[in-house]
Amino acid sequence: MAERTAVLGVGQTKYQTTRGDVSLPGLVREAAYRALEDAELGWDDIDAVVVGKAPDFFEGVMQPELYLAEALGAVGKPLLRVHTAGSVGGSTAVVAASLVQAGIHRRVLTLGFEKQSESNATWALSLPQPFSVSINAGAGGYFSPIIRQYMARTDAPELIGCMVAFKDRQHALRNPYAHLQQKELTFDQVVESPMLWEPIRFSETCPSSDGACALVLGDEAAGDVSTKPVAWIHGTALRSEANNFPGRDEVNPQASRDCADDVFAQAGIVDRRAEIDAVEIYVPFSWYEPMWLESLGFCEIGDGWKLVEEGATHLDGGDLPVNCSGGVLSSNPIGASGMIRFAEAALQVRGMAGDHQVDGARKALGHAYGGGAQYYAMWIVGADKPTS
Amino acid sequence: MSTDPSVPPAALAGEVRLPEKLADVEPVRSVRTPIRLEYDFIPGDASSGYLNAFADRKILGQRSPVDGAVFVPPRGVDPRHGAATPDYVELPDTGHVGGFCVTRLPIPGRDDLEIPYVSAWIHLDGADIGFLGLVGGIDTSEVRMGMRVRAVWKPDDQLGRTAENILYWEPSGEPDVPVTAAGTNAWHAKQVAKEQG
Repeated sequence: MAERTAVLGVGQTKYQTTRGDVSLPGLVREAAYRALEDAELGWDDIDAVVVGKAPDFFEGVMQPELYLAEALGAVGKPLLRVHTAGSVGGSTAVVAASLVQAGIHRRVLTLGFEKQSESNATWALSLPQPFSVSINAGAGGYFSPIIRQYMARTDAPELIGCMVAFKDRQHALRNPYAHLQQKELTFDQVVESPMLWEPIRFSETCPSSDGACALVLGDEAAGDVSTKPVAWIHGTALRSEANNFPGRDEVNPQASRDCADDVFAQAGIVDRRAEIDAVEIYVPFSWYEPMWLESLGFCEIGDGWKLVEEGATHLDGGDLPVNCSGGVLSSNPIGASGMIRFAEAALQVRGMAGDHQVDGARKALGHAYGGGAQYYAMWIVGADKPTS
Repeated sequence: MSTDPSVPPAALAGEVRLPEKLADVEPVRSVRTPIRLEYDFIPGDASSGYLNAFADRKILGQRSPVDGAVFVPPRGVDPRHGAATPDYVELPDTGHVGGFCVTRLPIPGRDDLEIPYVSAWIHLDGADIGFLGLVGGIDTSEVRMGMRVRAVWKPDDQLGRTAENILYWEPSGEPDVPVTAAGTNAWHAKQVAKEQG
Protein backbone atom coordinates (compact mmCIF):
# COMPACT_ATOMS: atom_id res chain seq x y z
CA MET A 1 0.00 0.00 0.00
CA ALA A 2 1.19 3.48 -0.79
CA GLU A 3 2.38 5.66 2.08
CA ARG A 4 -0.32 8.14 3.08
CA THR A 5 0.83 11.60 2.01
CA ALA A 6 -0.18 15.07 3.14
CA VAL A 7 0.28 18.68 2.07
CA LEU A 8 2.00 20.23 5.09
CA GLY A 9 2.60 23.72 3.75
CA VAL A 10 1.66 26.07 0.92
CA GLY A 11 3.63 29.10 -0.26
CA GLN A 12 2.76 31.59 -2.98
CA THR A 13 4.10 34.90 -4.20
CA LYS A 14 1.78 37.76 -5.04
CA TYR A 15 1.01 37.26 -8.73
CA GLN A 16 1.60 40.40 -10.80
CA THR A 17 2.70 41.54 -14.25
CA THR A 18 6.28 42.24 -13.24
CA ARG A 19 8.24 41.22 -10.17
CA GLY A 20 11.07 43.54 -11.09
CA ASP A 21 12.44 43.53 -7.55
CA VAL A 22 13.54 39.89 -7.65
CA SER A 23 15.51 37.61 -9.92
CA LEU A 24 14.33 34.06 -10.74
CA PRO A 25 16.19 32.69 -7.68
CA GLY A 26 14.66 35.42 -5.50
CA LEU A 27 11.18 34.62 -6.79
CA VAL A 28 11.35 30.88 -6.13
CA ARG A 29 13.07 31.37 -2.77
CA GLU A 30 10.19 33.58 -1.59
CA ALA A 31 7.57 30.92 -2.39
CA ALA A 32 9.72 28.16 -0.89
CA TYR A 33 10.23 30.11 2.38
CA ARG A 34 6.51 30.74 2.65
CA ALA A 35 5.75 27.03 2.20
CA LEU A 36 8.38 26.06 4.79
CA GLU A 37 7.05 28.65 7.25
CA ASP A 38 3.52 27.37 6.75
CA ALA A 39 4.74 23.80 7.32
CA GLU A 40 6.81 24.98 10.33
CA LEU A 41 9.85 23.23 8.86
CA GLY A 42 13.33 24.24 7.78
CA TRP A 43 15.55 23.47 4.79
CA ASP A 44 17.19 20.58 6.65
CA ASP A 45 13.86 18.80 6.94
CA ILE A 46 13.52 18.53 3.15
CA ASP A 47 14.78 15.32 1.52
CA ALA A 48 14.27 16.18 -2.17
CA VAL A 49 13.08 18.97 -4.46
CA VAL A 50 10.84 18.63 -7.54
CA VAL A 51 10.56 21.62 -9.89
CA GLY A 52 8.28 22.40 -12.83
CA LYS A 53 8.02 25.28 -15.25
CA ALA A 54 6.91 25.96 -18.83
CA PRO A 55 9.41 25.25 -21.64
CA ASP A 56 12.85 26.85 -21.22
CA PHE A 57 12.52 29.21 -24.19
CA PHE A 58 10.01 31.31 -22.27
CA GLU A 59 12.70 33.03 -20.17
CA GLY A 60 15.55 31.70 -22.30
CA VAL A 61 17.27 30.06 -19.34
CA MET A 62 18.15 26.48 -20.22
CA GLN A 63 17.63 23.92 -17.47
CA PRO A 64 16.92 26.61 -14.87
CA GLU A 65 16.48 23.94 -12.18
CA LEU A 66 20.27 23.59 -12.10
CA TYR A 67 20.84 27.31 -11.76
CA LEU A 68 18.12 27.46 -9.07
CA ALA A 69 19.41 24.51 -7.02
CA GLU A 70 20.96 26.75 -4.36
CA ALA A 71 17.93 29.03 -4.11
CA LEU A 72 15.80 25.92 -3.56
CA GLY A 73 18.07 24.41 -0.93
CA ALA A 74 18.62 21.46 -3.24
CA VAL A 75 22.40 21.28 -3.29
CA GLY A 76 23.37 17.74 -2.29
CA LYS A 77 19.77 16.54 -2.49
CA PRO A 78 17.84 14.83 -5.28
CA LEU A 79 16.50 17.52 -7.64
CA LEU A 80 14.01 16.56 -10.33
CA ARG A 81 12.53 18.62 -13.17
CA VAL A 82 9.15 17.84 -14.75
CA HIS A 83 8.12 18.89 -18.28
CA THR A 84 4.45 18.77 -19.33
CA ALA A 85 3.79 22.22 -20.86
CA GLY A 86 0.96 24.17 -19.16
CA SER A 87 -0.08 21.24 -16.97
CA VAL A 88 3.41 21.11 -15.49
CA GLY A 89 2.57 22.60 -12.11
CA GLY A 90 0.07 19.81 -11.53
CA SER A 91 2.29 17.05 -12.92
CA THR A 92 5.15 18.30 -10.75
CA ALA A 93 3.06 18.01 -7.59
CA VAL A 94 1.98 14.50 -8.62
CA VAL A 95 5.61 13.44 -9.17
CA ALA A 96 6.60 14.94 -5.80
CA ALA A 97 3.72 13.13 -4.10
CA SER A 98 4.77 9.84 -5.69
CA LEU A 99 8.22 10.12 -4.06
CA VAL A 100 6.54 10.22 -0.64
CA GLN A 101 3.83 7.67 -1.49
CA ALA A 102 6.52 5.25 -2.66
CA GLY A 103 8.36 5.60 0.66
CA ILE A 104 11.47 7.02 -1.01
CA HIS A 105 11.42 10.36 0.82
CA ARG A 106 9.70 11.59 3.97
CA ARG A 107 9.36 15.29 3.08
CA VAL A 108 9.58 16.82 -0.38
CA LEU A 109 9.54 20.46 -1.49
CA THR A 110 7.86 20.98 -4.85
CA LEU A 111 7.64 24.25 -6.74
CA GLY A 112 6.42 25.74 -10.02
CA PHE A 113 7.27 29.19 -11.38
CA GLU A 114 7.23 31.53 -14.34
CA LYS A 115 8.54 35.02 -14.94
CA GLN A 116 6.45 36.06 -17.91
CA SER A 117 7.81 39.61 -17.66
CA GLU A 118 11.15 38.21 -18.79
CA SER A 119 9.67 36.20 -21.64
CA ASN A 120 7.23 36.41 -24.55
CA ALA A 121 4.68 33.64 -24.21
CA THR A 122 2.84 34.22 -27.47
CA TRP A 123 6.12 34.08 -29.37
CA ALA A 124 7.31 31.06 -27.41
CA LEU A 125 4.06 29.24 -28.23
CA SER A 126 4.15 30.14 -31.93
CA LEU A 127 7.64 29.02 -32.90
CA PRO A 128 7.62 28.85 -36.69
CA GLN A 129 8.52 25.46 -38.13
CA PRO A 130 10.77 25.79 -41.20
CA PHE A 131 8.93 25.60 -44.54
CA SER A 132 5.52 25.34 -42.89
CA VAL A 133 2.71 27.87 -42.72
CA SER A 134 3.12 30.13 -39.69
CA ILE A 135 -0.30 31.50 -38.77
CA ASN A 136 -1.07 30.25 -35.28
CA ALA A 137 -1.22 33.17 -32.85
CA GLY A 138 -0.33 31.59 -29.53
CA ALA A 139 -2.55 29.52 -27.26
CA GLY A 140 -5.69 31.52 -28.08
CA GLY A 141 -5.32 30.73 -31.76
CA TYR A 142 -5.04 27.06 -30.93
CA PHE A 143 -7.95 26.80 -28.48
CA SER A 144 -10.40 29.07 -30.27
CA PRO A 145 -11.42 26.45 -32.91
CA ILE A 146 -11.99 23.92 -30.12
CA ILE A 147 -14.19 26.35 -28.19
CA ARG A 148 -16.10 27.02 -31.40
CA GLN A 149 -16.73 23.27 -31.72
CA TYR A 150 -18.00 23.13 -28.13
CA MET A 151 -20.40 26.00 -28.81
CA ALA A 152 -21.64 24.29 -31.98
CA ARG A 153 -22.16 20.97 -30.20
CA THR A 154 -24.07 22.33 -27.24
CA ASP A 155 -25.88 25.39 -28.58
CA ALA A 156 -24.74 27.09 -25.37
CA PRO A 157 -25.81 30.75 -25.03
CA GLU A 158 -23.16 33.05 -26.47
CA LEU A 159 -22.37 34.84 -23.19
CA ILE A 160 -21.56 31.78 -21.04
CA GLY A 161 -17.85 32.47 -21.47
CA CYS A 162 -18.32 36.05 -20.28
CA MET A 163 -20.19 34.79 -17.21
CA VAL A 164 -17.23 32.56 -16.30
CA ALA A 165 -14.75 35.40 -16.80
CA PHE A 166 -16.79 37.81 -14.67
CA LYS A 167 -17.27 35.21 -11.93
CA ASP A 168 -13.55 34.40 -11.72
CA ARG A 169 -12.61 38.12 -11.58
CA GLN A 170 -15.10 38.55 -8.71
CA HIS A 171 -13.55 35.58 -6.92
CA ALA A 172 -10.08 37.11 -7.41
CA LEU A 173 -11.09 40.15 -5.34
CA ARG A 174 -11.26 37.77 -2.36
CA ASN A 175 -7.77 36.37 -2.93
CA PRO A 176 -4.97 38.83 -2.09
CA TYR A 177 -2.48 36.72 -4.09
CA ALA A 178 -4.51 36.97 -7.33
CA HIS A 179 -3.02 39.12 -10.07
CA LEU A 180 -6.12 40.82 -11.51
CA GLN A 181 -7.94 42.93 -8.92
CA GLN A 182 -10.62 44.57 -11.07
CA LYS A 183 -12.95 46.06 -8.46
CA GLU A 184 -14.78 48.28 -10.93
CA LEU A 185 -15.22 45.62 -13.64
CA THR A 186 -18.80 45.14 -14.84
CA PHE A 187 -20.30 42.24 -16.76
CA ASP A 188 -21.04 44.58 -19.67
CA GLN A 189 -17.36 45.52 -19.87
CA VAL A 190 -16.45 41.85 -20.19
CA VAL A 191 -18.99 41.45 -23.00
CA GLU A 192 -17.83 44.61 -24.76
CA SER A 193 -14.11 43.84 -24.57
CA PRO A 194 -12.55 43.30 -28.00
CA MET A 195 -12.46 39.94 -29.72
CA LEU A 196 -8.87 38.66 -29.96
CA TRP A 197 -9.32 35.13 -31.22
CA GLU A 198 -13.00 35.06 -32.09
CA PRO A 199 -14.99 33.72 -30.25
CA ILE A 200 -12.53 34.56 -27.43
CA ARG A 201 -12.69 38.11 -26.07
CA PHE A 202 -9.80 39.91 -24.38
CA SER A 203 -11.58 39.69 -21.01
CA GLU A 204 -12.06 35.94 -21.46
CA THR A 205 -8.30 35.31 -21.50
CA CYS A 206 -5.74 34.93 -18.73
CA PRO A 207 -3.20 37.62 -17.84
CA SER A 208 0.59 37.25 -18.08
CA SER A 209 1.98 36.94 -14.57
CA ASP A 210 5.19 36.55 -12.64
CA GLY A 211 4.99 34.18 -9.73
CA ALA A 212 5.89 30.98 -7.95
CA CYS A 213 3.97 28.45 -5.91
CA ALA A 214 5.48 25.87 -3.55
CA LEU A 215 4.20 22.92 -1.55
CA VAL A 216 5.78 20.89 1.22
CA LEU A 217 4.58 17.30 1.13
CA GLY A 218 5.14 14.80 3.91
CA ASP A 219 4.47 11.22 4.85
CA GLU A 220 1.83 10.03 7.34
CA ALA A 221 4.05 10.57 10.38
CA ALA A 222 4.86 14.10 9.25
CA GLY A 223 1.16 14.82 8.71
CA ASP A 224 0.27 13.43 12.13
CA VAL A 225 2.66 15.71 14.00
CA SER A 226 1.68 18.89 12.16
CA THR A 227 0.21 21.49 14.50
CA LYS A 228 -1.85 22.92 11.64
CA PRO A 229 -4.51 21.17 9.56
CA VAL A 230 -2.98 19.29 6.63
CA ALA A 231 -4.52 18.21 3.32
CA TRP A 232 -4.42 14.45 2.81
CA ILE A 233 -3.94 13.22 -0.74
CA HIS A 234 -6.77 10.85 -1.73
CA GLY A 235 -5.76 10.31 -5.33
CA THR A 236 -3.37 11.48 -8.05
CA ALA A 237 -3.51 10.81 -11.79
CA LEU A 238 -1.65 11.74 -14.98
CA ARG A 239 -2.63 11.04 -18.61
CA SER A 240 -1.53 12.25 -22.03
CA GLU A 241 -2.42 11.78 -25.69
CA ALA A 242 -1.18 12.89 -29.13
CA ASN A 243 -2.51 16.26 -30.29
CA ASN A 244 -3.69 15.32 -33.78
CA PHE A 245 -5.02 11.92 -34.84
CA PRO A 246 -8.08 10.76 -36.76
CA GLY A 247 -11.24 11.07 -34.74
CA ARG A 248 -9.59 12.83 -31.81
CA ASP A 249 -12.23 14.42 -29.61
CA GLU A 250 -10.56 17.79 -29.07
CA VAL A 251 -13.44 19.15 -26.98
CA ASN A 252 -13.50 16.23 -24.55
CA PRO A 253 -10.23 14.34 -25.00
CA GLN A 254 -10.01 10.72 -23.92
CA ALA A 255 -6.91 11.46 -21.81
CA SER A 256 -8.96 13.95 -19.79
CA ARG A 257 -11.82 11.50 -19.22
CA ASP A 258 -9.46 8.65 -18.33
CA CYS A 259 -7.49 10.83 -15.92
CA ALA A 260 -10.70 11.94 -14.18
CA ASP A 261 -12.05 8.38 -13.91
CA ASP A 262 -8.77 7.26 -12.37
CA VAL A 263 -8.49 10.01 -9.76
CA PHE A 264 -12.14 9.79 -8.66
CA ALA A 265 -11.91 5.99 -8.38
CA GLN A 266 -8.79 6.27 -6.20
CA ALA A 267 -10.63 8.69 -3.93
CA GLY A 268 -13.68 6.40 -3.77
CA ILE A 269 -15.93 9.14 -5.08
CA VAL A 270 -19.15 8.07 -6.77
CA ASP A 271 -21.30 11.22 -7.02
CA ARG A 272 -18.71 13.73 -8.17
CA ARG A 273 -20.83 16.86 -7.91
CA ALA A 274 -22.21 15.96 -4.46
CA GLU A 275 -18.99 14.72 -2.87
CA ILE A 276 -16.54 17.40 -4.05
CA ASP A 277 -16.82 20.69 -2.14
CA ALA A 278 -14.38 22.89 -4.06
CA VAL A 279 -12.89 22.67 -7.54
CA GLU A 280 -9.77 24.33 -8.92
CA ILE A 281 -9.58 23.65 -12.64
CA TYR A 282 -7.21 25.03 -15.25
CA VAL A 283 -9.28 27.58 -17.20
CA PRO A 284 -7.01 29.90 -19.24
CA PHE A 285 -9.89 30.75 -21.60
CA SER A 286 -13.34 31.16 -20.05
CA TRP A 287 -15.19 28.51 -22.08
CA TYR A 288 -12.93 25.82 -20.66
CA GLU A 289 -14.90 25.92 -17.39
CA PRO A 290 -18.06 24.33 -18.83
CA MET A 291 -15.97 22.11 -21.12
CA TRP A 292 -13.94 20.65 -18.25
CA LEU A 293 -16.95 20.34 -15.93
CA GLU A 294 -18.41 17.95 -18.51
CA SER A 295 -15.18 16.10 -19.16
CA LEU A 296 -14.58 15.71 -15.41
CA GLY A 297 -18.02 14.14 -15.00
CA PHE A 298 -19.52 16.82 -12.74
CA CYS A 299 -22.54 16.85 -15.08
CA GLU A 300 -23.85 15.20 -18.23
CA ILE A 301 -22.13 15.90 -21.55
CA GLY A 302 -23.61 19.09 -22.98
CA ASP A 303 -24.76 20.42 -19.59
CA GLY A 304 -21.60 22.21 -18.39
CA TRP A 305 -22.82 25.61 -19.51
CA LYS A 306 -26.02 25.14 -17.49
CA LEU A 307 -23.99 24.93 -14.27
CA VAL A 308 -22.41 28.25 -15.19
CA GLU A 309 -25.72 29.83 -16.12
CA GLU A 310 -27.46 28.79 -12.89
CA GLY A 311 -24.56 30.02 -10.74
CA ALA A 312 -23.62 26.56 -9.45
CA THR A 313 -19.92 27.37 -9.81
CA HIS A 314 -20.03 30.67 -7.89
CA LEU A 315 -18.52 30.86 -4.40
CA ASP A 316 -21.66 32.65 -3.21
CA GLY A 317 -24.52 30.19 -3.27
CA GLY A 318 -23.12 27.66 -5.73
CA ASP A 319 -23.12 23.98 -4.78
CA LEU A 320 -19.93 23.33 -6.81
CA PRO A 321 -17.71 26.42 -6.38
CA VAL A 322 -15.10 26.54 -9.15
CA ASN A 323 -11.86 28.55 -8.99
CA CYS A 324 -12.62 30.45 -5.79
CA SER A 325 -9.04 31.77 -6.00
CA GLY A 326 -9.86 33.59 -9.23
CA GLY A 327 -8.29 30.80 -11.25
CA VAL A 328 -5.92 31.00 -14.20
CA LEU A 329 -8.18 33.73 -15.62
CA SER A 330 -6.97 35.99 -12.80
CA SER A 331 -3.33 34.85 -12.37
CA ASN A 332 -1.17 33.01 -14.88
CA PRO A 333 2.48 32.42 -14.07
CA ILE A 334 2.34 29.48 -16.51
CA GLY A 335 4.69 26.98 -14.89
CA ALA A 336 3.11 27.65 -11.49
CA SER A 337 -0.53 27.82 -12.65
CA GLY A 338 -1.17 24.07 -12.36
CA MET A 339 0.44 23.91 -8.92
CA ILE A 340 -1.65 26.88 -7.76
CA ARG A 341 -4.77 24.82 -8.58
CA PHE A 342 -3.40 21.94 -6.49
CA ALA A 343 -2.34 24.33 -3.70
CA GLU A 344 -5.70 26.08 -3.60
CA ALA A 345 -7.49 22.73 -3.37
CA ALA A 346 -5.27 21.95 -0.36
CA LEU A 347 -5.93 25.35 1.25
CA GLN A 348 -9.68 24.76 0.93
CA VAL A 349 -9.68 21.43 2.79
CA ARG A 350 -7.29 22.83 5.41
CA GLY A 351 -9.79 25.65 5.98
CA MET A 352 -7.05 28.19 5.24
CA ALA A 353 -8.36 29.86 2.08
CA GLY A 354 -9.26 33.09 3.85
CA ASP A 355 -11.93 35.22 2.20
CA HIS A 356 -12.38 32.74 -0.63
CA GLN A 357 -12.89 29.77 1.69
CA VAL A 358 -15.76 27.38 0.86
CA ASP A 359 -17.48 26.82 4.19
CA GLY A 360 -16.75 23.37 5.59
CA ALA A 361 -14.90 22.09 2.52
CA ARG A 362 -13.80 18.47 3.16
CA LYS A 363 -12.78 17.30 -0.33
CA ALA A 364 -11.40 19.29 -3.25
CA LEU A 365 -10.13 18.65 -6.78
CA GLY A 366 -7.01 20.24 -8.27
CA HIS A 367 -6.70 20.00 -12.06
CA ALA A 368 -4.27 21.12 -14.77
CA TYR A 369 -3.99 20.60 -18.52
CA GLY A 370 -1.38 21.55 -21.07
CA GLY A 371 -0.05 21.34 -24.62
CA GLY A 372 -2.79 21.00 -27.22
CA ALA A 373 -5.15 19.86 -24.40
CA GLN A 374 -2.95 16.73 -24.33
CA TYR A 375 -1.44 16.53 -20.86
CA TYR A 376 -3.54 16.10 -17.71
CA ALA A 377 -2.72 16.14 -14.02
CA MET A 378 -5.26 15.85 -11.20
CA TRP A 379 -5.40 15.29 -7.51
CA ILE A 380 -8.06 15.01 -4.88
CA VAL A 381 -7.25 16.16 -1.37
CA GLY A 382 -9.31 15.77 1.79
CA ALA A 383 -9.47 17.10 5.34
CA ASP A 384 -9.52 13.51 6.60
CA LYS A 385 -7.01 10.72 6.07
CA PRO A 386 -7.95 8.39 3.25
CA THR A 387 -9.37 5.15 4.63
CA SER A 388 -7.64 2.90 2.13
CA MET B 1 0.23 30.51 4.88
CA SER B 2 0.20 34.23 5.50
CA THR B 3 -2.92 35.78 4.07
CA ASP B 4 -1.06 39.02 3.46
CA PRO B 5 1.17 38.71 0.40
CA SER B 6 2.81 42.05 1.12
CA VAL B 7 4.42 40.63 4.26
CA PRO B 8 7.62 38.88 3.20
CA PRO B 9 8.55 35.52 4.71
CA ALA B 10 10.33 36.10 8.04
CA ALA B 11 13.57 34.74 6.61
CA LEU B 12 13.55 37.42 3.92
CA ALA B 13 12.32 40.28 6.08
CA GLY B 14 15.80 41.59 6.93
CA GLU B 15 17.16 44.59 5.09
CA VAL B 16 19.56 43.82 2.24
CA ARG B 17 22.73 45.88 2.65
CA LEU B 18 24.95 46.52 -0.31
CA PRO B 19 28.72 46.62 0.13
CA GLU B 20 29.93 50.19 0.63
CA LYS B 21 31.74 50.34 -2.70
CA LEU B 22 28.43 49.76 -4.54
CA ALA B 23 26.57 52.50 -2.67
CA ASP B 24 26.67 55.04 -5.51
CA VAL B 25 26.23 52.60 -8.40
CA GLU B 26 23.07 52.86 -10.47
CA PRO B 27 20.83 49.87 -9.69
CA VAL B 28 20.24 47.47 -12.60
CA ARG B 29 16.72 46.00 -12.71
CA SER B 30 17.04 44.00 -15.90
CA VAL B 31 19.21 43.54 -18.95
CA ARG B 32 17.88 42.70 -22.41
CA THR B 33 20.11 40.23 -24.21
CA PRO B 34 18.79 39.32 -27.67
CA ILE B 35 19.91 35.86 -28.70
CA ARG B 36 19.95 34.09 -32.07
CA LEU B 37 20.56 30.58 -33.21
CA GLU B 38 21.48 29.45 -36.71
CA TYR B 39 20.86 25.86 -37.65
CA ASP B 40 20.57 23.49 -40.58
CA PHE B 41 17.11 22.02 -40.96
CA ILE B 42 17.13 18.29 -41.69
CA PRO B 43 13.49 17.36 -42.08
CA GLY B 44 13.76 13.54 -42.13
CA ASP B 45 12.17 11.12 -44.61
CA ALA B 46 8.48 11.88 -44.22
CA SER B 47 8.78 15.67 -44.19
CA SER B 48 11.36 15.62 -47.04
CA GLY B 49 8.92 13.79 -49.29
CA TYR B 50 6.15 16.18 -48.31
CA LEU B 51 8.17 19.38 -48.80
CA ASN B 52 9.83 18.27 -52.05
CA ALA B 53 6.43 17.43 -53.58
CA PHE B 54 5.23 20.99 -52.95
CA ALA B 55 7.66 22.20 -55.63
CA ASP B 56 5.48 20.25 -58.12
CA ARG B 57 2.20 21.56 -56.62
CA LYS B 58 1.56 18.20 -55.04
CA ILE B 59 0.36 17.49 -51.49
CA LEU B 60 1.55 14.18 -50.08
CA GLY B 61 0.18 12.34 -47.08
CA GLN B 62 0.98 8.94 -45.62
CA ARG B 63 -1.34 6.01 -45.04
CA SER B 64 -1.54 4.03 -41.80
CA PRO B 65 -0.86 0.34 -42.39
CA VAL B 66 -3.22 -0.44 -39.48
CA ASP B 67 -6.53 0.99 -40.68
CA GLY B 68 -5.76 3.06 -43.79
CA ALA B 69 -6.09 6.46 -42.09
CA VAL B 70 -4.30 9.16 -44.10
CA PHE B 71 -2.08 11.71 -42.33
CA VAL B 72 -1.11 15.09 -43.77
CA PRO B 73 1.46 16.45 -43.15
CA PRO B 74 3.06 13.00 -42.92
CA ARG B 75 5.27 12.32 -39.90
CA GLY B 76 6.35 8.78 -40.73
CA VAL B 77 4.26 7.30 -37.96
CA ASP B 78 0.66 6.68 -36.93
CA PRO B 79 0.65 8.13 -33.38
CA ARG B 80 -2.32 5.96 -32.33
CA HIS B 81 -0.52 2.69 -32.96
CA GLY B 82 3.16 3.59 -33.09
CA ALA B 83 3.17 2.06 -36.57
CA ALA B 84 5.56 3.27 -39.30
CA THR B 85 3.77 4.78 -42.33
CA PRO B 86 6.12 4.27 -45.31
CA ASP B 87 3.46 4.62 -48.04
CA TYR B 88 2.81 8.05 -49.54
CA VAL B 89 -0.59 9.07 -50.89
CA GLU B 90 -1.09 12.02 -53.24
CA LEU B 91 -3.98 14.20 -52.13
CA PRO B 92 -6.06 16.72 -54.07
CA ASP B 93 -5.85 20.43 -53.22
CA THR B 94 -9.52 20.51 -52.23
CA GLY B 95 -11.19 19.90 -48.89
CA HIS B 96 -13.24 21.59 -46.21
CA VAL B 97 -12.83 23.85 -43.19
CA GLY B 98 -12.92 22.12 -39.79
CA GLY B 99 -12.34 24.19 -36.66
CA PHE B 100 -11.21 27.76 -37.32
CA CYS B 101 -10.25 30.98 -35.55
CA VAL B 102 -10.81 34.60 -36.54
CA THR B 103 -7.66 36.27 -35.24
CA ARG B 104 -7.66 39.99 -34.56
CA LEU B 105 -4.13 40.54 -33.33
CA PRO B 106 -0.80 40.44 -35.15
CA ILE B 107 1.50 37.45 -34.84
CA PRO B 108 5.28 37.51 -34.73
CA GLY B 109 6.96 37.14 -38.11
CA ARG B 110 3.78 37.61 -40.19
CA ASP B 111 3.54 41.37 -40.66
CA ASP B 112 2.10 40.65 -44.11
CA LEU B 113 -1.16 39.31 -42.70
CA GLU B 114 -4.11 41.67 -42.80
CA ILE B 115 -6.13 41.64 -39.60
CA PRO B 116 -8.56 40.03 -39.05
CA TYR B 117 -7.55 36.80 -40.70
CA VAL B 118 -8.90 33.26 -40.48
CA SER B 119 -6.67 30.33 -39.59
CA ALA B 120 -8.39 26.99 -40.07
CA TRP B 121 -7.88 23.27 -39.86
CA ILE B 122 -8.14 22.28 -43.52
CA HIS B 123 -9.36 18.70 -43.98
CA LEU B 124 -8.28 17.61 -47.45
CA ASP B 125 -10.45 15.21 -49.40
CA GLY B 126 -9.03 11.78 -48.66
CA ALA B 127 -7.12 12.85 -45.51
CA ASP B 128 -8.15 11.88 -41.99
CA ILE B 129 -6.56 14.70 -39.97
CA GLY B 130 -6.57 18.45 -40.58
CA PHE B 131 -3.63 20.77 -41.19
CA LEU B 132 -3.45 24.51 -40.63
CA GLY B 133 -4.07 26.98 -43.41
CA LEU B 134 -5.29 30.52 -44.05
CA VAL B 135 -8.77 31.06 -45.43
CA GLY B 136 -9.12 33.92 -47.91
CA GLY B 137 -11.33 35.21 -50.69
CA ILE B 138 -14.29 35.52 -48.32
CA ASP B 139 -15.45 37.88 -45.58
CA THR B 140 -14.25 36.52 -42.23
CA SER B 141 -17.81 36.59 -40.86
CA GLU B 142 -18.95 34.14 -43.56
CA VAL B 143 -16.45 31.37 -42.83
CA ARG B 144 -18.10 28.27 -41.34
CA MET B 145 -17.25 24.71 -40.29
CA GLY B 146 -17.84 22.39 -43.23
CA MET B 147 -17.27 25.08 -45.90
CA ARG B 148 -15.71 23.54 -49.05
CA VAL B 149 -12.39 25.10 -50.12
CA ARG B 150 -9.62 24.78 -52.72
CA ALA B 151 -6.00 25.90 -52.62
CA VAL B 152 -4.77 29.16 -54.14
CA TRP B 153 -1.14 28.56 -55.14
CA LYS B 154 1.74 30.92 -55.68
CA PRO B 155 2.68 31.50 -59.34
CA ASP B 156 4.90 28.75 -60.84
CA ASP B 157 8.04 30.89 -60.80
CA GLN B 158 7.70 31.40 -57.02
CA LEU B 159 7.22 27.77 -56.04
CA GLY B 160 9.67 26.31 -53.52
CA ARG B 161 9.94 23.17 -51.45
CA THR B 162 7.60 24.57 -48.85
CA ALA B 163 4.02 24.41 -47.66
CA GLU B 164 4.03 28.20 -48.05
CA ASN B 165 3.40 27.58 -51.76
CA ILE B 166 -0.27 27.59 -50.83
CA LEU B 167 -1.15 31.23 -50.24
CA TYR B 168 -4.58 30.51 -48.78
CA TRP B 169 -7.72 28.43 -49.19
CA GLU B 170 -10.73 29.95 -50.94
CA PRO B 171 -14.36 28.82 -51.02
CA SER B 172 -15.01 26.47 -53.95
CA GLY B 173 -18.72 27.23 -54.02
CA GLU B 174 -19.71 23.59 -53.52
CA PRO B 175 -22.37 22.75 -50.88
CA ASP B 176 -21.03 22.60 -47.29
CA VAL B 177 -20.14 19.33 -45.61
CA PRO B 178 -22.66 18.85 -42.75
CA VAL B 179 -21.10 19.93 -39.42
CA THR B 180 -21.67 16.41 -38.05
CA ALA B 181 -19.27 15.10 -40.73
CA ALA B 182 -16.85 18.05 -40.76
CA GLY B 183 -13.44 18.47 -39.16
CA THR B 184 -12.71 16.04 -36.36
CA ASN B 185 -16.24 14.61 -36.78
CA ALA B 186 -15.29 13.37 -40.26
CA TRP B 187 -13.49 10.24 -39.06
CA HIS B 188 -16.46 9.05 -36.99
CA ALA B 189 -18.89 9.83 -39.82
CA LYS B 190 -16.68 7.72 -42.11
CA GLN B 191 -16.68 4.77 -39.68
CA VAL B 192 -20.48 4.92 -39.38
CA ALA B 193 -20.82 5.04 -43.18
CA LYS B 194 -18.51 2.00 -43.48
CA GLU B 195 -20.55 0.01 -40.96
CA GLN B 196 -23.73 0.81 -42.87
CA GLY B 197 -22.05 -0.40 -46.08
